[in-house]
Amino acid sequence: MKVTLHVWRQAGPAAPGRFVRYDMTDVSPDMSFLEMLDVLNQQLIARREEPIAFDHDCREGICGACGMVINGRPHGPQRATTACQLHMRTFPDGAELWIEPWRARAFPLIKDLVVDRGALDRIVQAGGFITVRTGSAPEANAIPVPKRDADLAMDAAACIGCGACVAACPNASAMLFVAAKVSHLGLLPQGQPERSTRVANLVAQMDAEGFGACTNHGECMAACPKEISIDFIARLNRDYIKAAISHEG
Amino acid sequence: MELRSKVPSGPLAEQWERHRAEIKLVNPANKLKHRIIVVGSGLAGASAAASLAELGYNVSCFCFQDSARRAHSIAAQGGINAAKNYQNDGDSVFRLFYDTVKGGDFRAREANVYRLAQISVNIIDQCVAQGVPFAREYGGLLANRSFGGVQVSRTFYARGQTGQQLLLGAYQALSRQIGLSKVTMYPRSEMLDLVVVDGRARGIIVRDLVSGRVSAHGGDAVVLATGGYSNVYYLSTNAKGCNVTAIWRAHKRGAAFANPCFTQIHPTCIPVTGHHQAKLTLMSESLRNDGRIWVPRRKGDTRSPNEIPDDERDYYLERLYPSYGNLAPRDIASRRAKEVCDEGRGVGPGGHGVYLDFRDAIARLGREVIAERYGNLFEMYQRITAENPFAAPMRIYPAPHYTMGGLWVDYNLMTTIDGLYAIGEANYSDHGANRLGASALMQGLADGYFILPYTIGDYLAQVKLDQLDTAHPAFRRTQAEVSDRVNKLVAAGGRKSVDAFHRELGRLLWDNCGMSRAAAGLQEARDRICVLREEFWRDVYVGGTGEDFNQTLEHAGRVADFLEFAELMCHDALHREESCGCHFREEYQTPEGEAKRDDARFGYVAAWEFAGVGVAPVLHREPLEFATVHPAQRSYT
Repeated sequence: MKVTLHVWRQAGPAAPGRFVRYDMTDVSPDMSFLEMLDVLNQQLIARREEPIAFDHDCREGICGACGMVINGRPHGPQRATTACQLHMRTFPDGAELWIEPWRARAFPLIKDLVVDRGALDRIVQAGGFITVRTGSAPEANAIPVPKRDADLAMDAAACIGCGACVAACPNASAMLFVAAKVSHLGLLPQGQPERSTRVANLVAQMDAEGFGACTNHGECMAACPKEISIDFIARLNRDYIKAAISHEG
Repeated sequence: MELRSKVPSGPLAEQWERHRAEIKLVNPANKLKHRIIVVGSGLAGASAAASLAELGYNVSCFCFQDSARRAHSIAAQGGINAAKNYQNDGDSVFRLFYDTVKGGDFRAREANVYRLAQISVNIIDQCVAQGVPFAREYGGLLANRSFGGVQVSRTFYARGQTGQQLLLGAYQALSRQIGLSKVTMYPRSEMLDLVVVDGRARGIIVRDLVSGRVSAHGGDAVVLATGGYSNVYYLSTNAKGCNVTAIWRAHKRGAAFANPCFTQIHPTCIPVTGHHQAKLTLMSESLRNDGRIWVPRRKGDTRSPNEIPDDERDYYLERLYPSYGNLAPRDIASRRAKEVCDEGRGVGPGGHGVYLDFRDAIARLGREVIAERYGNLFEMYQRITAENPFAAPMRIYPAPHYTMGGLWVDYNLMTTIDGLYAIGEANYSDHGANRLGASALMQGLADGYFILPYTIGDYLAQVKLDQLDTAHPAFRRTQAEVSDRVNKLVAAGGRKSVDAFHRELGRLLWDNCGMSRAAAGLQEARDRICVLREEFWRDVYVGGTGEDFNQTLEHAGRVADFLEFAELMCHDALHREESCGCHFREEYQTPEGEAKRDDARFGYVAAWEFAGVGVAPVLHREPLEFATVHPAQRSYT
């Protein structure tokens, strides 16, 4: 099949960026989207042009490294699918595709499609954990967890930290990311002692990083490759308010 | 070079406890004076960095990914073993130990494996306390499933994302220490060399992958947790960035490399679809709990699978290994898949595939139960292949997945360079010639949480280390060598791309040092690798600059190291004139086509000392003594 690509090229944070058009022929429908970019990059290298920089690693949809906006949608058009797991058969022959990096103030651009998502790491560092020193844990089955709670915690814990939720949000909010971590740990008995401080610290760091606020667009959930529900944002808001009025935060 | 395993004396079951009681401690105030460098942030690296920082050490942690959370441990699907015996099915520390030694075809060190089995139970406690959402039963207690090569259910899991959840647990513990400023994290930073001063590891040279800046980092000990080298085959289930560079550069500085030819080819991966293929995707071994593996009895049978009646199907694993059936160990399952495909009975395009069929399990348990157990795996399969495993069997084929070989380490996980440690997949220690499923996560976390934090103290308490900074001539010299090499790669103005060289190397190894090996092929591969390596430095094209985010340059450095390492791999495979576990030499097999070991001649760990690029390495042998288990021909029939 044939596709026409318009790829955002930008040499560095200070350089001007622009879309560059590439016409691809002989694209196999069985190629993943990133394999298609690999093929393009090999062609660019053969022509002594600079290949397109993009983050990727596991190519199994779990590491969260890859991420690009394809025709206006983070990770492209397919539900619950990262860019690396998107296959070219998803697109019609002759498709025209616009490929851009995540755009958010909290994700400064590094090069082409690569952005710095260190803000998400700093949010976790602010309290996205349960404090337990190695060696101090009680016997695992001493803490029964109702299956329903464990399953719901797992739904939230499935977040891969790719940042698609931020890229999808008109406010560039990281609420779904923060809500997933707050809910994952807050649903489990092990996470109770730090529940209030955790939510307060995470939200404070999120604000400090320059992410926007949530105004209930729901775009984050639609873009999330792990289909994390915005119900968790409601849970986050409830925990946050509870922490604030109880002065435990 | 001398290999001293430092295995404690006394009964196997008491060795670790006795060792812990005897090793030297660093007092809390002195811990604050030490800096430890940890390279890699996967299960082993993140758990070690977090635990060391909790103890009071200052830690610098490096990873090439943009975040510590992206290390490839995250992709492990199936589970983690532990001898909890929650299922009351007769499991025990001894049984886990025995299964692992036997599964590894009696090529691992007994003392290490026993310790691993003992620690396995602590890992589960630790992870649950961190909030890892393991699967649970309705009563709220932990659930288990079974995995290949064993007859008990001892595998803990979090849907098909066990590696992700365990890594996030370790990453969160690490993040806490970063927040407390006990760990300095360096993401997008690649280790390109080891600095050795007076025979001791004292630092590393790192390239910042964004700015291209090459810098030196000093410390009192260096821990390599940099994973395995399956990407030497080009196509593997590893993440694209996985590489041999850190351990290879350490090897060139004096660390012995053990059993490099022990590479695991995993039986259940999605087959290759075309030349564009950039990597292969694993389908968790847990699928073999309920999926049945078969090929048509007749060669060239092109009917669709559902049209082939039962009596015309060959469920070859069930036929050959009735007591383990589809849960035969990985090396055996892979080899048998290759065998039936080589006979012309393979399915799918090119005949490189076998069926993994859930029809009977769906009929027995219902679609809902199967969806609950494997839903995300089925979806992944469907996304990649556009075929629905509920309607037609999956097609699978073996692919490189894990490397049992790695840097040689003693009981303390120290390499042959004082102060240099290797943990997780980067070392060779626990899996012998074949790793059992759900054991990699166990080993990575055992090393990082519960072994290294103790044993590193024993070293630091005893050595007198001079204060030195990165202005020391050894740092300057090594840094200059790294910069020269980077500049040389950037300047290379040849005609062939880095990727083309990598593919060619991968093909060469897959054909000659993959699922089956023979002397003639190995010799030829070794010669051709030398030629390819010379061609690489003469004719590669990298482009761009060294002072920029340059992914081709990153790849070029890794391929250059693979081209040196691959020769050692073939050399090791050639020298080991026996078959054991994953290492199947066609010349050495039983009449039934099983691996035929030669314990008298090869009952040892082959630890290779570097002698120069293109120069035959020097072999050092660590004899394996089995005081508790008796090596026998592995039987899974």
